[in-house]
Amino acid sequence: MKPPPFEYHAPTTVAETVSLLSHYGEDAKVLAGGQSLMPLLNFRLARPAAIVDINGVEELDYLHQEDGWLVVGALVRQRAAELSALVTETCPLLAEALPFIGHFQIRNRGTVVGSLAHADPAAELGAVALALGAELRIQSTRGTRTVPAERFFVSYLTTALAPDELLVEARFPAARPRTGYAFAEFARRHGDFALVGVAAVVEQDQAHRCADARLAFTGVGPVPILFTDEQGLLRGEPLTPQAMNVFAERAAASFEAEPDVHASAEYRRELAGVLAEQALKSAAARSKKGN
Amino acid sequence: MAEKRTIQLTINGRQHSGQVEPRRTLADFLRQDLDLTGTHLGCEHGVCGACTILLDGAAVRSCLVLAVQANGRRVETVEGLADPKGKLHPIQTAFHKHHALQCGFCTPGFLMSIVELLNTRPDIEDEDEIRTALAGNLCRCTGYSGIVAAVREVAAQLRRERTS
Repeated sequence: MKPPPFEYHAPTTVAETVSLLSHYGEDAKVLAGGQSLMPLLNFRLARPAAIVDINGVEELDYLHQEDGWLVVGALVRQRAAELSALVTETCPLLAEALPFIGHFQIRNRGTVVGSLAHADPAAELGAVALALGAELRIQSTRGTRTVPAERFFVSYLTTALAPDELLVEARFPAARPRTGYAFAEFARRHGDFALVGVAAVVEQDQAHRCADARLAFTGVGPVPILFTDEQGLLRGEPLTPQAMNVFAERAAASFEAEPDVHASAEYRRELAGVLAEQALKSAAARSKKGN
Repeated sequence: MAEKRTIQLTINGRQHSGQVEPRRTLADFLRQDLDLTGTHLGCEHGVCGACTILLDGAAVRSCLVLAVQANGRRVETVEGLADPKGKLHPIQTAFHKHHALQCGFCTPGFLMSIVELLNTRPDIEDEDEIRTALAGNLCRCTGYSGIVAAVREVAAQLRRERTS
Protein backbone atom coordinates (compact mmCIF):
# COMPACT_ATOMS: atom_id res chain seq x y z
CA MET A 1 0.00 0.00 0.00
CA LYS A 2 0.96 3.66 -0.01
CA PRO A 3 1.38 6.14 2.82
CA PRO A 4 -1.69 8.22 3.76
CA PRO A 5 -1.44 11.98 3.18
CA PHE A 6 0.47 14.01 5.76
CA GLU A 7 1.93 17.45 6.17
CA TYR A 8 5.64 17.24 5.57
CA HIS A 9 8.25 19.28 7.39
CA ALA A 10 11.99 19.09 6.85
CA PRO A 11 13.58 21.26 9.54
CA THR A 12 17.31 21.93 9.41
CA THR A 13 17.98 22.63 13.09
CA VAL A 14 17.11 20.95 16.40
CA ALA A 15 15.43 24.16 17.58
CA GLU A 16 13.15 24.13 14.54
CA THR A 17 12.45 20.41 15.01
CA VAL A 18 11.39 20.65 18.65
CA SER A 19 9.26 23.69 17.92
CA LEU A 20 7.40 21.69 15.25
CA LEU A 21 6.99 18.78 17.68
CA SER A 22 5.70 21.17 20.32
CA HIS A 23 3.19 22.57 17.82
CA TYR A 24 1.84 19.20 16.65
CA GLY A 25 2.16 17.15 19.85
CA GLU A 26 0.72 13.67 19.33
CA ASP A 27 -0.19 14.41 15.71
CA ALA A 28 3.42 14.36 14.49
CA LYS A 29 5.92 11.55 13.99
CA VAL A 30 9.66 12.05 13.66
CA LEU A 31 11.11 10.48 10.52
CA ALA A 32 14.81 9.55 10.73
CA GLY A 33 15.96 6.41 8.85
CA GLY A 34 12.36 5.41 8.22
CA GLN A 35 13.01 1.68 8.33
CA SER A 36 10.25 1.19 10.90
CA LEU A 37 8.06 4.24 10.36
CA MET A 38 7.83 3.94 6.56
CA PRO A 39 6.42 0.36 6.70
CA LEU A 40 3.89 1.56 9.29
CA LEU A 41 2.90 4.39 6.94
CA ASN A 42 2.77 2.08 3.91
CA PHE A 43 0.47 -0.27 5.82
CA ARG A 44 -1.45 2.75 7.15
CA LEU A 45 -0.99 1.42 10.65
CA ALA A 46 0.27 4.92 11.45
CA ARG A 47 -1.60 7.97 10.14
CA PRO A 48 0.18 10.98 11.62
CA ALA A 49 -1.10 14.42 10.58
CA ALA A 50 2.49 15.57 10.17
CA ILE A 51 5.88 14.04 9.47
CA VAL A 52 8.90 15.87 10.84
CA ASP A 53 11.82 14.63 8.75
CA ILE A 54 15.10 15.16 10.63
CA ASN A 55 17.36 13.92 7.82
CA GLY A 56 18.35 17.51 7.05
CA VAL A 57 19.29 18.36 10.65
CA GLU A 58 23.04 18.13 10.11
CA GLU A 59 23.88 19.08 13.70
CA LEU A 60 22.55 15.63 14.75
CA ASP A 61 25.06 13.74 12.58
CA TYR A 62 27.91 13.16 15.02
CA LEU A 63 29.68 10.21 16.53
CA HIS A 64 32.44 10.83 19.05
CA GLN A 65 34.01 9.89 22.34
CA GLU A 66 33.55 12.19 25.31
CA ASP A 67 34.56 11.66 28.96
CA GLY A 68 34.24 7.90 28.89
CA TRP A 69 31.14 7.81 26.71
CA LEU A 70 30.54 6.97 23.07
CA VAL A 71 28.09 9.63 21.95
CA VAL A 72 25.83 8.87 18.99
CA GLY A 73 23.75 11.65 17.45
CA ALA A 74 20.27 11.02 16.10
CA LEU A 75 21.33 11.00 12.44
CA VAL A 76 24.09 8.38 12.67
CA ARG A 77 23.15 5.46 10.41
CA GLN A 78 23.50 1.96 11.84
CA ARG A 79 25.82 1.07 8.96
CA ALA A 80 28.07 4.06 9.66
CA ALA A 81 28.34 3.03 13.31
CA GLU A 82 28.96 -0.60 12.33
CA LEU A 83 31.87 0.39 10.07
CA SER A 84 33.31 2.94 12.50
CA ALA A 85 36.66 2.07 14.06
CA LEU A 86 35.75 4.33 16.98
CA VAL A 87 32.66 2.22 17.75
CA THR A 88 34.61 -1.06 17.50
CA GLU A 89 37.20 0.31 19.90
CA THR A 90 35.09 2.16 22.42
CA CYS A 91 31.87 0.17 22.35
CA PRO A 92 32.52 -3.41 21.18
CA LEU A 93 29.08 -4.58 22.37
CA LEU A 94 27.34 -2.08 20.08
CA ALA A 95 29.66 -3.07 17.22
CA GLU A 96 28.85 -6.76 17.72
CA ALA A 97 25.07 -6.21 17.93
CA LEU A 98 24.67 -3.87 14.93
CA PRO A 99 25.13 -6.49 12.15
CA PHE A 100 22.15 -8.40 13.59
CA ILE A 101 19.82 -5.55 12.65
CA GLY A 102 17.93 -6.33 9.43
CA HIS A 103 20.19 -6.34 6.38
CA PHE A 104 22.92 -3.97 5.21
CA GLN A 105 20.38 -2.18 2.99
CA ILE A 106 18.27 -1.49 6.10
CA ARG A 107 21.29 -0.39 8.16
CA ASN A 108 22.40 1.95 5.35
CA ARG A 109 19.35 4.03 6.17
CA GLY A 110 18.23 3.09 9.71
CA THR A 111 19.70 5.06 12.61
CA VAL A 112 21.01 3.87 15.99
CA VAL A 113 18.94 6.42 17.89
CA GLY A 114 15.83 5.81 15.77
CA SER A 115 15.87 2.12 16.69
CA LEU A 116 15.97 3.05 20.39
CA ALA A 117 13.15 5.59 20.00
CA HIS A 118 10.99 3.12 18.05
CA ALA A 119 11.50 0.53 20.83
CA ASP A 120 10.52 -2.61 18.97
CA PRO A 121 10.37 -5.41 21.57
CA ALA A 122 12.79 -7.53 19.52
CA ALA A 123 15.26 -4.74 18.74
CA GLU A 124 18.90 -5.47 19.51
CA LEU A 125 19.89 -1.97 20.60
CA GLY A 126 17.53 -1.83 23.59
CA ALA A 127 19.36 -4.79 25.12
CA VAL A 128 22.72 -3.18 24.34
CA ALA A 129 21.64 0.09 25.96
CA LEU A 130 20.38 -1.70 29.10
CA ALA A 131 23.39 -3.99 29.48
CA LEU A 132 25.80 -1.06 29.23
CA GLY A 133 23.76 1.41 31.26
CA ALA A 134 23.41 3.85 28.36
CA GLU A 135 21.81 7.27 28.70
CA LEU A 136 19.37 8.94 26.35
CA ARG A 137 19.47 12.69 25.81
CA ILE A 138 16.09 14.18 25.11
CA GLN A 139 15.22 17.69 23.99
CA SER A 140 12.03 19.71 23.66
CA THR A 141 11.04 23.37 23.77
CA ARG A 142 10.70 22.79 27.52
CA GLY A 143 14.40 21.96 27.87
CA THR A 144 16.81 19.05 27.85
CA ARG A 145 16.81 15.96 30.04
CA THR A 146 18.76 12.74 30.27
CA VAL A 147 17.04 9.43 30.92
CA PRO A 148 18.93 6.24 31.84
CA ALA A 149 18.14 3.26 29.57
CA GLU A 150 16.61 1.45 32.56
CA ARG A 151 13.84 4.03 32.71
CA PHE A 152 13.51 4.67 28.96
CA PHE A 153 11.61 1.58 27.79
CA VAL A 154 8.04 1.69 29.06
CA SER A 155 6.07 -0.82 27.01
CA TYR A 156 5.63 -2.25 23.52
CA LEU A 157 6.82 0.53 21.13
CA THR A 158 6.48 3.00 24.01
CA THR A 159 9.27 4.94 25.66
CA ALA A 160 9.70 7.73 28.18
CA LEU A 161 9.61 10.22 25.28
CA ALA A 162 6.71 12.69 25.42
CA PRO A 163 5.05 13.55 22.07
CA ASP A 164 6.82 16.92 21.93
CA GLU A 165 10.26 15.47 22.69
CA LEU A 166 13.09 14.50 20.36
CA LEU A 167 15.67 11.84 21.23
CA VAL A 168 18.79 13.75 20.21
CA GLU A 169 21.54 11.36 21.23
CA ALA A 170 22.39 8.04 22.86
CA ARG A 171 25.39 7.85 25.19
CA PHE A 172 27.00 4.44 25.64
CA PRO A 173 29.62 3.96 28.40
CA ALA A 174 33.00 3.31 26.78
CA ALA A 175 34.66 -0.10 27.21
CA ARG A 176 36.38 -0.52 30.56
CA PRO A 177 39.55 -2.47 31.34
CA ARG A 178 39.23 -6.16 32.37
CA THR A 179 35.67 -6.12 31.03
CA GLY A 180 34.32 -8.36 28.30
CA TYR A 181 31.25 -7.80 26.14
CA ALA A 182 29.25 -10.18 23.98
CA PHE A 183 26.02 -10.27 22.03
CA ALA A 184 24.22 -13.47 20.97
CA GLU A 185 20.97 -13.83 19.09
CA PHE A 186 18.80 -16.46 17.48
CA ALA A 187 16.44 -15.78 14.58
CA ARG A 188 14.88 -18.11 12.02
CA ARG A 189 16.76 -16.42 9.19
CA HIS A 190 19.56 -13.86 9.20
CA GLY A 191 18.06 -10.40 9.45
CA ASP A 192 14.72 -11.54 10.87
CA PHE A 193 13.57 -10.14 14.15
CA ALA A 194 15.26 -11.98 17.01
CA LEU A 195 13.33 -14.72 18.77
CA VAL A 196 15.70 -13.91 21.62
CA GLY A 197 18.80 -11.73 21.80
CA VAL A 198 21.14 -11.36 24.78
CA ALA A 199 23.79 -8.80 25.63
CA ALA A 200 26.34 -9.71 28.30
CA VAL A 201 28.88 -7.64 30.22
CA VAL A 202 31.41 -9.34 32.52
CA GLU A 203 34.02 -7.49 34.57
CA GLN A 204 36.89 -9.20 36.39
CA ASP A 205 38.88 -7.97 39.37
CA GLN A 206 42.68 -8.10 39.65
CA ALA A 207 42.45 -11.60 41.16
CA HIS A 208 40.49 -12.90 38.13
CA ARG A 209 37.24 -13.16 40.04
CA CYS A 210 34.02 -11.72 38.78
CA ALA A 211 33.63 -8.06 39.75
CA ASP A 212 30.29 -7.55 38.00
CA ALA A 213 28.03 -9.31 35.50
CA ARG A 214 25.01 -7.97 33.64
CA LEU A 215 22.69 -9.54 31.10
CA ALA A 216 20.03 -7.86 28.99
CA PHE A 217 17.46 -9.75 26.93
CA THR A 218 15.46 -8.66 23.90
CA GLY A 219 12.57 -10.40 22.17
CA VAL A 220 11.16 -11.96 25.34
CA GLY A 221 8.51 -9.38 26.30
CA PRO A 222 7.22 -5.88 25.58
CA VAL A 223 10.50 -4.24 26.68
CA PRO A 224 14.12 -5.37 26.96
CA ILE A 225 14.89 -6.93 30.34
CA LEU A 226 17.97 -6.34 32.49
CA PHE A 227 19.34 -8.93 34.92
CA THR A 228 22.00 -7.76 37.35
CA ASP A 229 23.83 -9.71 40.03
CA GLU A 230 21.82 -8.42 42.97
CA GLN A 231 22.06 -11.74 44.76
CA GLY A 232 25.84 -11.88 44.36
CA LEU A 233 25.69 -15.14 42.40
CA LEU A 234 28.85 -14.35 40.48
CA ARG A 235 30.38 -11.34 42.18
CA GLY A 236 33.58 -12.27 43.99
CA GLU A 237 33.48 -15.78 42.52
CA PRO A 238 35.79 -17.33 39.93
CA LEU A 239 34.18 -17.34 36.47
CA THR A 240 33.71 -21.09 36.17
CA PRO A 241 31.42 -22.63 33.53
CA GLN A 242 29.15 -23.95 36.33
CA ALA A 243 28.81 -20.55 37.98
CA MET A 244 28.00 -18.91 34.65
CA ASN A 245 25.47 -21.64 33.85
CA VAL A 246 23.65 -20.98 37.13
CA PHE A 247 23.71 -17.21 36.54
CA ALA A 248 22.32 -17.62 33.00
CA GLU A 249 19.56 -19.97 34.19
CA ARG A 250 18.55 -17.60 36.99
CA ALA A 251 18.50 -14.71 34.56
CA ALA A 252 16.25 -16.59 32.12
CA ALA A 253 13.94 -17.59 34.99
CA SER A 254 13.66 -13.99 36.20
CA PHE A 255 11.01 -12.93 33.66
CA GLU A 256 7.81 -14.21 32.08
CA ALA A 257 8.62 -14.73 28.40
CA GLU A 258 5.78 -13.92 26.04
CA PRO A 259 4.57 -16.36 23.37
CA ASP A 260 3.74 -15.37 19.79
CA VAL A 261 3.34 -17.10 16.42
CA HIS A 262 7.10 -17.56 16.15
CA ALA A 263 7.82 -19.25 19.49
CA SER A 264 6.11 -20.37 22.69
CA ALA A 265 6.96 -18.84 26.06
CA GLU A 266 8.69 -22.07 27.14
CA TYR A 267 10.82 -22.14 24.00
CA ARG A 268 11.82 -18.50 24.47
CA ARG A 269 12.74 -19.09 28.12
CA GLU A 270 14.87 -22.11 27.19
CA LEU A 271 16.54 -20.21 24.34
CA ALA A 272 17.17 -17.22 26.62
CA GLY A 273 19.05 -19.46 29.07
CA VAL A 274 21.15 -21.08 26.35
CA LEU A 275 22.04 -17.79 24.65
CA ALA A 276 22.71 -16.08 27.99
CA GLU A 277 25.22 -18.78 28.88
CA GLN A 278 26.93 -18.47 25.47
CA ALA A 279 27.11 -14.69 25.75
CA LEU A 280 28.36 -14.78 29.36
CA LYS A 281 31.11 -17.24 28.48
CA SER A 282 32.27 -15.17 25.48
CA ALA A 283 32.20 -11.99 27.56
CA ALA A 284 34.14 -13.70 30.38
CA ALA A 285 36.75 -15.01 27.94
CA ARG A 286 37.13 -11.54 26.45
CA SER A 287 37.43 -9.93 29.89
CA LYS A 288 40.44 -12.17 30.55
CA LYS A 289 42.14 -10.80 27.48
CA GLY A 290 41.68 -7.35 28.94
CA ASN A 291 39.59 -5.94 26.12
CA MET B 1 -4.21 16.61 -0.51
CA ALA B 2 -0.88 17.94 0.68
CA GLU B 3 0.80 20.50 -1.51
CA LYS B 4 3.16 19.14 -4.15
CA ARG B 5 6.87 19.79 -3.85
CA THR B 6 9.37 20.27 -6.62
CA ILE B 7 12.32 17.90 -6.45
CA GLN B 8 15.49 17.69 -8.50
CA LEU B 9 17.77 14.71 -8.45
CA THR B 10 20.35 12.88 -10.54
CA ILE B 11 19.25 9.46 -11.74
CA ASN B 12 21.77 7.28 -13.56
CA GLY B 13 23.84 10.37 -14.30
CA ARG B 14 20.97 12.43 -15.72
CA GLN B 15 19.18 15.36 -14.09
CA HIS B 16 15.49 14.80 -13.45
CA SER B 17 12.89 16.93 -11.75
CA GLY B 18 9.32 16.38 -10.75
CA GLN B 19 6.37 17.55 -8.72
CA VAL B 20 5.48 15.14 -5.96
CA GLU B 21 3.18 14.85 -3.02
CA PRO B 22 5.31 14.36 0.13
CA ARG B 23 3.82 10.89 0.63
CA ARG B 24 5.08 9.70 -2.77
CA THR B 25 7.71 7.01 -2.22
CA LEU B 26 10.89 7.15 -4.26
CA ALA B 27 9.92 3.78 -5.78
CA ASP B 28 6.60 5.15 -7.05
CA PHE B 29 8.26 8.34 -8.27
CA LEU B 30 10.73 6.30 -10.34
CA ARG B 31 8.13 3.90 -11.70
CA GLN B 32 5.04 6.03 -12.14
CA ASP B 33 6.32 9.55 -12.70
CA LEU B 34 9.51 8.78 -14.62
CA ASP B 35 8.51 5.45 -16.18
CA LEU B 36 11.68 3.84 -14.84
CA THR B 37 9.91 0.55 -14.24
CA GLY B 38 13.09 -1.50 -13.88
CA THR B 39 12.84 -0.93 -10.14
CA HIS B 40 10.28 -3.49 -8.98
CA LEU B 41 7.92 -3.26 -6.04
CA GLY B 42 7.14 -6.40 -4.11
CA CYS B 43 6.19 -6.14 -0.47
CA GLU B 44 6.30 -2.35 -0.02
CA HIS B 45 7.55 -2.68 3.53
CA GLY B 46 11.25 -3.26 3.17
CA VAL B 47 11.38 -7.06 3.42
CA CYS B 48 11.66 -8.43 -0.13
CA GLY B 49 14.38 -6.13 -1.50
CA ALA B 50 12.97 -5.98 -5.05
CA CYS B 51 12.93 -2.15 -4.98
CA THR B 52 16.56 -1.78 -3.88
CA ILE B 53 18.34 1.16 -5.55
CA LEU B 54 21.51 3.10 -4.77
CA LEU B 55 21.04 6.43 -2.98
CA ASP B 56 24.33 8.34 -2.99
CA GLY B 57 26.02 4.98 -3.62
CA ALA B 58 24.35 3.10 -0.76
CA ALA B 59 21.83 0.31 -1.41
CA VAL B 60 18.48 1.20 0.15
CA ARG B 61 14.83 0.20 -0.18
CA SER B 62 13.18 2.76 -2.45
CA CYS B 63 9.79 1.83 -0.94
CA LEU B 64 11.03 3.13 2.42
CA VAL B 65 12.38 6.46 1.16
CA LEU B 66 10.15 9.38 0.25
CA ALA B 67 10.79 10.98 -3.12
CA VAL B 68 11.15 14.37 -1.38
CA GLN B 69 14.01 12.88 0.65
CA ALA B 70 15.92 12.17 -2.56
CA ASN B 71 15.87 15.85 -3.52
CA GLY B 72 19.39 16.90 -4.51
CA ARG B 73 20.71 13.36 -4.19
CA ARG B 74 22.18 10.82 -6.60
CA VAL B 75 20.12 7.75 -7.46
CA GLU B 76 21.19 4.72 -9.44
CA THR B 77 18.74 2.13 -10.72
CA VAL B 78 19.03 -1.05 -12.75
CA GLU B 79 18.48 1.02 -15.92
CA GLY B 80 21.89 2.62 -15.34
CA LEU B 81 23.91 -0.59 -14.99
CA ALA B 82 24.54 -1.39 -18.67
CA ASP B 83 26.60 1.17 -20.54
CA PRO B 84 24.72 3.46 -22.97
CA LYS B 85 25.66 1.25 -25.93
CA GLY B 86 23.92 -1.67 -24.24
CA LYS B 87 26.99 -3.56 -23.01
CA LEU B 88 25.89 -5.31 -19.84
CA HIS B 89 27.47 -4.70 -16.44
CA PRO B 90 29.71 -7.66 -15.43
CA ILE B 91 27.20 -8.77 -12.78
CA GLN B 92 24.41 -8.78 -15.37
CA THR B 93 26.57 -10.88 -17.70
CA ALA B 94 27.31 -13.27 -14.86
CA PHE B 95 23.59 -13.54 -13.98
CA HIS B 96 22.92 -14.48 -17.60
CA LYS B 97 25.70 -17.04 -17.68
CA HIS B 98 24.77 -18.71 -14.37
CA HIS B 99 20.99 -18.69 -14.90
CA ALA B 100 20.68 -16.49 -11.85
CA LEU B 101 17.22 -15.35 -12.87
CA GLN B 102 14.02 -16.98 -13.99
CA CYS B 103 10.98 -14.71 -13.74
CA GLY B 104 13.25 -11.71 -13.13
CA PHE B 105 11.06 -9.97 -10.59
CA CYS B 106 13.70 -9.93 -7.85
CA THR B 107 16.63 -9.38 -10.23
CA PRO B 108 16.91 -5.56 -10.24
CA GLY B 109 17.01 -5.50 -6.43
CA PHE B 110 19.61 -8.25 -6.31
CA LEU B 111 21.76 -6.48 -8.91
CA MET B 112 21.74 -3.17 -7.07
CA SER B 113 22.53 -4.81 -3.71
CA ILE B 114 25.38 -6.75 -5.33
CA VAL B 115 26.80 -3.58 -6.92
CA GLU B 116 27.22 -2.06 -3.45
CA LEU B 117 28.44 -5.36 -2.03
CA LEU B 118 31.21 -5.65 -4.65
CA ASN B 119 32.12 -1.98 -4.28
CA THR B 120 32.66 -2.38 -0.56
CA ARG B 121 33.74 -6.04 -0.40
CA PRO B 122 35.47 -7.03 -3.67
CA ASP B 123 37.38 -9.60 -1.59
CA ILE B 124 34.22 -11.57 -0.76
CA GLU B 125 34.75 -15.24 -1.57
CA ASP B 126 33.19 -17.38 1.13
CA GLU B 127 29.80 -18.80 0.13
CA ASP B 128 28.28 -18.37 3.61
CA GLU B 129 29.39 -14.76 3.66
CA ILE B 130 27.89 -14.15 0.22
CA ARG B 131 24.61 -15.78 1.27
CA THR B 132 24.45 -13.63 4.40
CA ALA B 133 25.13 -10.52 2.32
CA LEU B 134 22.35 -11.52 -0.11
CA ALA B 135 19.85 -12.30 2.67
CA GLY B 136 18.19 -8.91 2.24
CA ASN B 137 16.84 -9.89 -1.18
CA LEU B 138 14.28 -12.62 -1.70
CA CYS B 139 14.02 -14.82 -4.79
CA ARG B 140 11.06 -17.18 -5.07
CA CYS B 141 11.85 -19.09 -8.24
CA THR B 142 15.44 -19.88 -9.22
CA GLY B 143 16.78 -20.52 -5.78
CA TYR B 144 19.99 -18.81 -4.86
CA SER B 145 22.72 -21.09 -6.23
CA GLY B 146 23.03 -19.31 -9.57
CA ILE B 147 23.01 -15.91 -7.89
CA VAL B 148 25.79 -16.94 -5.48
CA ALA B 149 27.81 -18.36 -8.41
CA ALA B 150 27.43 -15.08 -10.31
CA VAL B 151 28.64 -13.03 -7.33
CA ARG B 152 31.62 -15.34 -6.80
CA GLU B 153 32.62 -15.09 -10.45
CA VAL B 154 32.50 -11.29 -10.58
CA ALA B 155 34.29 -10.98 -7.23
CA ALA B 156 37.04 -13.26 -8.56
CA GLN B 157 37.27 -11.16 -11.76
CA LEU B 158 37.61 -8.01 -9.68
CA ARG B 159 40.34 -9.58 -7.57
CA ARG B 160 42.25 -10.62 -10.71
CA GLU B 161 41.90 -7.14 -12.21
CA ARG B 162 43.19 -5.57 -9.01
CA THR B 163 46.25 -7.78 -8.81
CA SER B 164 47.17 -7.67 -12.51
